[in-house]
Amino acid sequence: MSLINNLIEQLINGLRTGSIYALIALGYTMVYGIAKMINFAHGDIIMVGAYALYVFTSLLGLPVPVCIILTIIACAVLGVLVERIAYKPLRNAPSLAVLITAIGVSYFLQNVALLIFKATPIPFGSVIKVPSIKIGGVHISGITIVTFAVTVIAMVILTWFINKTKAGSAMRAVSEDKGAASLMGINVNKTISMTFAIGSALAAVAGILFICQYESLSPTLGALPGIKAFVAAVLGGIGSIPGAMLGGIVLGIIESLSKAYISTQLADAIVFGVLVIVLLVKPSGLLGKMKAEKV
Amino acid sequence: MKNKKISKSTILNIIIAIVVYAAVMALIKGGFLGRQAMSIIIPCCINVMLAVSLCLLVGFLGELTLGHAGFMSIGAYAGALTTNALDLPPVVELIIGLLVGGIMAALFSFIIGLPVLRLKGDYLAIVTLGFGEIIKSVINSLGVTGGAKGLTGIGAYSNYKNFTFVYIVVLITILVISNLVKSRHGRAICAVRDNYIAAEAVGIKVSKFKTMAFVISGFFAGMAGVFYAHNVGILKPINFDYNKSIEILVMVVLGGMGNIKGAIIAAVILTALPEVLRGAADFRMLLYAVVLIAMMLFNNSKFKLALIEKRNLKKAMSIQKEGE
Repeated sequence: MSLINNLIEQLINGLRTGSIYALIALGYTMVYGIAKMINFAHGDIIMVGAYALYVFTSLLGLPVPVCIILTIIACAVLGVLVERIAYKPLRNAPSLAVLITAIGVSYFLQNVALLIFKATPIPFGSVIKVPSIKIGGVHISGITIVTFAVTVIAMVILTWFINKTKAGSAMRAVSEDKGAASLMGINVNKTISMTFAIGSALAAVAGILFICQYESLSPTLGALPGIKAFVAAVLGGIGSIPGAMLGGIVLGIIESLSKAYISTQLADAIVFGVLVIVLLVKPSGLLGKMKAEKV
Repeated sequence: MKNKKISKSTILNIIIAIVVYAAVMALIKGGFLGRQAMSIIIPCCINVMLAVSLCLLVGFLGELTLGHAGFMSIGAYAGALTTNALDLPPVVELIIGLLVGGIMAALFSFIIGLPVLRLKGDYLAIVTLGFGEIIKSVINSLGVTGGAKGLTGIGAYSNYKNFTFVYIVVLITILVISNLVKSRHGRAICAVRDNYIAAEAVGIKVSKFKTMAFVISGFFAGMAGVFYAHNVGILKPINFDYNKSIEILVMVVLGGMGNIKGAIIAAVILTALPEVLRGAADFRMLLYAVVLIAMMLFNNSKFKLALIEKRNLKKAMSIQKEGE
């Protein structure tokens, strides 16, 4: 019985980390769908979100809901700024140039945080205070429940936004064909900015959930979840929104099970191993569409 | 006419190599350098090797790899473990270590290169990044490598006293890669970069040349790792993380992608600069980031296009004048 309980607890842990990965992966997938680039700096937006929350709560002492909203706004603005300054001039440049720029932006954000907040990790108390519950011998912490709830709500809203609203259709149109979309009177620049804003806002939410779970801040905290979320996005099929959700949760469960039953140190290696296998067997991911290449 | 020009530039390169060697030797022997300056001579050489080998991949093959530090670490560990196990004169040990380190790194690049061949661009970058992390965490969890505590007791065979030997290996690296690039194989590699579909259509085996570039680049990165191991004397997995890969990438980008001379100069400057500007050490990484972004924005800006056009116009005018 305890073995089964243990397994269920590991699965719940996996679902929790997986939901955070899914939130981050959504940002990657949306940006990839629209701008056809991997936003390497996306993981560092999570870090900025975590630090912003710390500044608003611990240093300025604002009430928690205000802090959360301010954090999300700050990250969205940062995402748009990054796009305007670094990515927009390179829209027609070779992909290698864009990739290197994105790495540069990621590095820039990390090092600015390093200069401001120093390398020593800052302890941070969780702002989410929900009591834990116990179902049939399985212990579920409050933060887990909140993470689930937030992820599900975010995904429902996002799916509705993309499928039902005018701005969402504009986004789908731009990701399908930029030229045709602009001929149809869609403001391509505005739509791309909006995508970056939404992706970064989701990253901020993920950052808040992440920091409430790990309770320690460091300038590189976003790098590893960022890369893993990218793995999740690829696993699910990059460019596909349900794929990002599925990929995130599958990856979270794989990671948590391999941490529990194989080796803590090798868990990261296993996660990247999964990425390599997926790319070799099905490069378009679980739910992605395969595109034929034209000359 | 053409042959004469080539031999001229070759002679110039040989002269430069000899002058650099003589200058460094004079500085070492004459005691003009402090301990600080002495300690950066070999890291300069190591970084030149790393930058030139990465230049082959990023500049000529046109594929971004973020796992170069991983290959370096394989070479470093393999070389250090070999020399620790052997009991021979230092130079012989170092040569064997170099070969073992280089071959191990090449072997791993081959193994990694095989699956990675099916990918390109962004995916390739992320997979090599993943492989770098896998290598790091495997080294961390192995017993032979000393885990996170590090591998110690490595003989200091490649310090400044052995500069001549290191310098010769650096020259060999540069020579091999720059000649490779000029050769038939090198042109095939460049063709893969410029348009792989067209390259395939004219009969270039894309996979073969990609693997070749990977293996050669890995081999030299591994050798650089062996020098690194015998220079610092202690190896820790954390020294070969993502940041190290980025540092090498910055050298290649700053040198102008696809320009070996540029990569060499950038490697030397970026190694020496932090030592010279000790006070600004905190800003070093920030500077790297700004360099990456600024170089890319500049390379693709209208400003640069205008400059190139201006130069081409001048050239055309001078040719016209000569014709008259």
